[in-house]
Amino acid sequence: MNDEQLDALVAAAAEGVECDGLRVSREPAGFRFETPDGDHGGLDEADLRAVADENPWFVSNWYYWTEVDRPAVETAFLRWLEGADGTAVPERYEALAEGVDAAWGELEIEVGLGDDGHRTYEVRHAEDADRPVEDLEVYADPLEARELVKYDDRGRYRPLKTAPTLASGWAFVDLDGRSLVRAVDVVYPATVTNWHLEREGELDVSHWRETMERQTGIYGVIETWDRGEGHEHVEWVAEACCVDSQCLKRREWEYDDGTDLAVDGGDGEFPCREPCSLVVAAARKWTKLEGEESQTYEFELTPSEKEQVEDIIDAVADGTAEEIREADVYEGANRYRTRFLRAKRFDDEGNLCGVPTDEE
Amino acid sequence: MQALVIVAHGSHLNPDASTPTYEHADTVRKTGVFDEVRTAFWKEEPSFREVLRTVESDEVYVVPLFISEGYFTEQVIPRELRLEEWDEAAWESDGTSATHATLEAADVGKTVHYCGPVGTHDAMSDVIVRRAETVTDDPDVGEGFGLAVVGHGTERNENSAKAIEYHADRIAERNRFEEVRALFMDEAPEIDDVTDFFDSEDVVIVPLFVADGYHTQEDIPEDVGLTDDYRTGWETPATVEGHRLWYAGAVGTEALMADVVLERAAEAGADVGDAVETVRRRTRVAGAETSADAGAGD
Repeated sequence: MNDEQLDALVAAAAEGVECDGLRVSREPAGFRFETPDGDHGGLDEADLRAVADENPWFVSNWYYWTEVDRPAVETAFLRWLEGADGTAVPERYEALAEGVDAAWGELEIEVGLGDDGHRTYEVRHAEDADRPVEDLEVYADPLEARELVKYDDRGRYRPLKTAPTLASGWAFVDLDGRSLVRAVDVVYPATVTNWHLEREGELDVSHWRETMERQTGIYGVIETWDRGEGHEHVEWVAEACCVDSQCLKRREWEYDDGTDLAVDGGDGEFPCREPCSLVVAAARKWTKLEGEESQTYEFELTPSEKEQVEDIIDAVADGTAEEIREADVYEGANRYRTRFLRAKRFDDEGNLCGVPTDEE
Repeated sequence: MQALVIVAHGSHLNPDASTPTYEHADTVRKTGVFDEVRTAFWKEEPSFREVLRTVESDEVYVVPLFISEGYFTEQVIPRELRLEEWDEAAWESDGTSATHATLEAADVGKTVHYCGPVGTHDAMSDVIVRRAETVTDDPDVGEGFGLAVVGHGTERNENSAKAIEYHADRIAERNRFEEVRALFMDEAPEIDDVTDFFDSEDVVIVPLFVADGYHTQEDIPEDVGLTDDYRTGWETPATVEGHRLWYAGAVGTEALMADVVLERAAEAGADVGDAVETVRRRTRVAGAETSADAGAGD
């Protein structure tokens, strides 16, 4: 606590102060100063200053949360990070002195105490939680996160910011609340805002049907995917794109207002309020592919070869193909085994078992 | 409080598609005339759909970083921003004359000053000329040079060609270059035949695209004969059929584009102070100082 905070408290007392267990008011008999640990009434201004001076945490906490100008969404997020609504001020200050950690997607955000009860924030990849900051690339300007989120650890472009592929090895240190929220918004755009809207009961969810109905141009075709055969295709889309292994947002959109999807929406802290542009683009492709009729093909495969095809599909779908060791021919999706299968079963045109795709 | 939101296409495949948007946003941000400067994308995040809710200001100037009026500026962006009262007649545009319209975004209740695209603004002619200066590293380029302004062109949207022709005509009227032509990828006159359209030995080719990508880094260099295979690269200038062709990619990557963004917002009512002049000074080509702004110190 500093003099500015103390002066602000005295000035605010006439109107009444109430924050996290601190209550200050002016009554006919004088000022009253209450915390969960004590109740002091009939105070003159000097007494008020003295008793406030003995409770610096409560005063600086009040000042930080009510006298610093910040939008409601930012206040809500910063308070959530330090567990302000469930932990008493003394316990919270003791914890903040050690550093309080919160998770947001793949981010770990640490809240600490700065001078006079101001908070300091640090953000890094959760994988780097235990690494000394000296081992990390340190940044201060939230906008620098734009480059950090662009590529994954293998150098591949990340078109979806909430994919669980955030690269590690960096830290933003010594941020104030404003900068912290900006940095989080660069890493996971609009997630804090939508999380806050959800907490306020005001999240506007656009379900699959209404989102696809408003598509136009090359995406207008998606609307034709509904051909009265139910909505199983939307389940497949959600299973393919919108599970925790692919996206850290918690899917809140369903087929329509009255029809939920069976696929679990995930456990992410922040909600997904409508199918994103990647889902829309993929759905356009699937709409076209799903317009085809099934055909019967006849293949000769050994039982192990059939299982191998299944292993390959699993490995590609789960993104594990690259993890299979070079010489591990016990894995169906091993590259050498796959090359052997191709050598044996493909004809010169690349047809599986020599069976053409289109009937002659 | 006033905010600037630059909206652009972005890409699921090309990591560089958003780079010019970020850079122009940074340039405007540094002028300090907006309380907030944000970007949003059709194919990246934040989406058009969600950007306005991340903005604090009640007055929001939305400038589309698109080249022409058409499907995106008239349908997609207003729809996704929830500008429910939007009607393309509000711009009263002939295809290149849109300035702005003031509307309310339904989900956030903010006043949105929705501007015409940067590509059709008069100041874009200056950016094209500046691009020619940058490519040749000559602030006085013009004498003995031809200028090819290249657009995508498409049968589906007549405005697409209008924007290109508009600037080619405006630049031609200045009599700075020996010859100025509007050429296209998907309609006549075609960029493939670029050397047929110029008598000048030196020709600067400026593609009117927002970001470098498939068209500006693959198609056009091959179409004009700078290279047989874009993957092997090309030189600028390169000699093709007796002409020296100067090519350096999308005009949208030119730093002066930030000026057009500011001019769009200013015409819609934003208070931009002297930011236009500041940006013009800061983005000039080295060696282009005039006595008026030499030694400005930034």
